[in-house]
Amino acid sequence: MLHTATPPNPALPLYDDLIPGGSHWSFIIRRGHVLRLIDEEGGANVGMLMYNPANPLERYNMPDTLKNQHTFLLTQGHVLLSDMGRVFASIVHDDLGWHDTVSGTCNRKLVEQRWGRKTYQDARNLYHRNGTHSFLNELAKYGLGKKDLTANLNWFSKVATNDDGDLRFVPGHSRAGASVDLRFEMDTLLVLHTCPHPLNPASDYPRFPLRYQLYKAAPVSDADPCKTSSPEATRAFANNALYHLFEQEA
Amino acid sequence: MILESNLHPETASFRATVPAGEYFLKVVKAGQTVRILDLEGNQAADTLFYNAHNPTERYSAVDTIREQGNVYLTAGSRLISSEGNLMLDITADTCGRHDTLGGACAAESNTTRYALDKKCMHACRDSWLVAVTEHDELGLSKRDITHNINFFMNVPVTAEGGLTFADGISDAGKYVELKAAMDVLVMISNCPQLNNPCNAYNPTPIEVLLWD
Ligand SMILES: [Zn+2]
Repeated sequence: MLHTATPPNPALPLYDDLIPGGSHWSFIIRRGHVLRLIDEEGGANVGMLMYNPANPLERYNMPDTLKNQHTFLLTQGHVLLSDMGRVFASIVHDDLGWHDTVSGTCNRKLVEQRWGRKTYQDARNLYHRNGTHSFLNELAKYGLGKKDLTANLNWFSKVATNDDGDLRFVPGHSRAGASVDLRFEMDTLLVLHTCPHPLNPASDYPRFPLRYQLYKAAPVSDADPCKTSSPEATRAFANNALYHLFEQEA
Repeated sequence: MILESNLHPETASFRATVPAGEYFLKVVKAGQTVRILDLEGNQAADTLFYNAHNPTERYSAVDTIREQGNVYLTAGSRLISSEGNLMLDITADTCGRHDTLGGACAAESNTTRYALDKKCMHACRDSWLVAVTEHDELGLSKRDITHNINFFMNVPVTAEGGLTFADGISDAGKYVELKAAMDVLVMISNCPQLNNPCNAYNPTPIEVLLWD
């Protein structure tokens, strides 16, 4: 795991909210802010997608994020890259050391096969939502749809491989209170859900809430551990600087 | 897994050579078999698949690796769509392993991976963007350019979560063969990458063959 030199901003959160398990939500986060994701009860999974609100054709790119940093997992020190060579967010703090971005999200068929069908008529707001519909529900609010679904992040979930490339979901990876801090380096449309990880073998529909908090970020120096974590990250930050050039002059 | 094909090039109903830096676009009907042939070795064929009748349904790397429980593609792999449907089966493979994690090169990712001044070098996503804009009738755009397969590329994952670019497992004459389970639009960018040692900085042609 990479280590950052400065602890997360200790100031009080600008905002603090709890999203129930098996739910979805979206919002635009402005650059210069930290989003703290907290696994309130332990066992959470948070599916996430990222877009540039000024041009939603720019979106989180899993392959570019992984290959630029020669990593299969995401943790402290890594940056989350868009397909336009820019950094959406830096992972400035992580309690867990491993977050998944290669397993996709659960769909209706998977949820029904593994955990059964629970409709709103049966279960009211405890009905079994799935990650794909949750993403589509939120994306539609911004005029986006199926064509915009791409490989997502799965915070708090660990999926490892062996030498043959076989996937292994690691149960019990996250714990109550575990957190990860994302410092946003450009304005970002965040789409998220708290539906189960698609490889979670639990017999009952896993339903774990997410607490999230927003903080003001400290200025990013040239020696910032995420900015200098790799030559690739440094160059991606340079692309961000160019993107914000006129803003900085103003 | 190395598995040779019984199909002979002489009986193919279609053959086309795709030079490096160009795209290939063709509908492969359900039941047909398509072969991608690495003519000179260690060339990357960056490939996307779409449901030919509804391109909103497309190849999904994450759904494929999750459903097969493995990150590599080879003979026996089932390529799964964004709707969870089987698109194609890999029915033969003389290379042994293909990547679906590394994605395609783009002008923008060239800036981060290699150098900021590489931004004007031709890249796979440019080839796809030319393909979709030259074929307006398909109704495709940048929104449809998603995670792909890199045939003939070897990108091993370590148990510790590292990602390496090993390559060098393909060679002249190696091929992969896929049988379509639905009518699929195949869109290949034969990679023009000049910054990656995997092809000795020398991108080369591939051949695409089709059997009914
Ligand atoms: Zn390429």
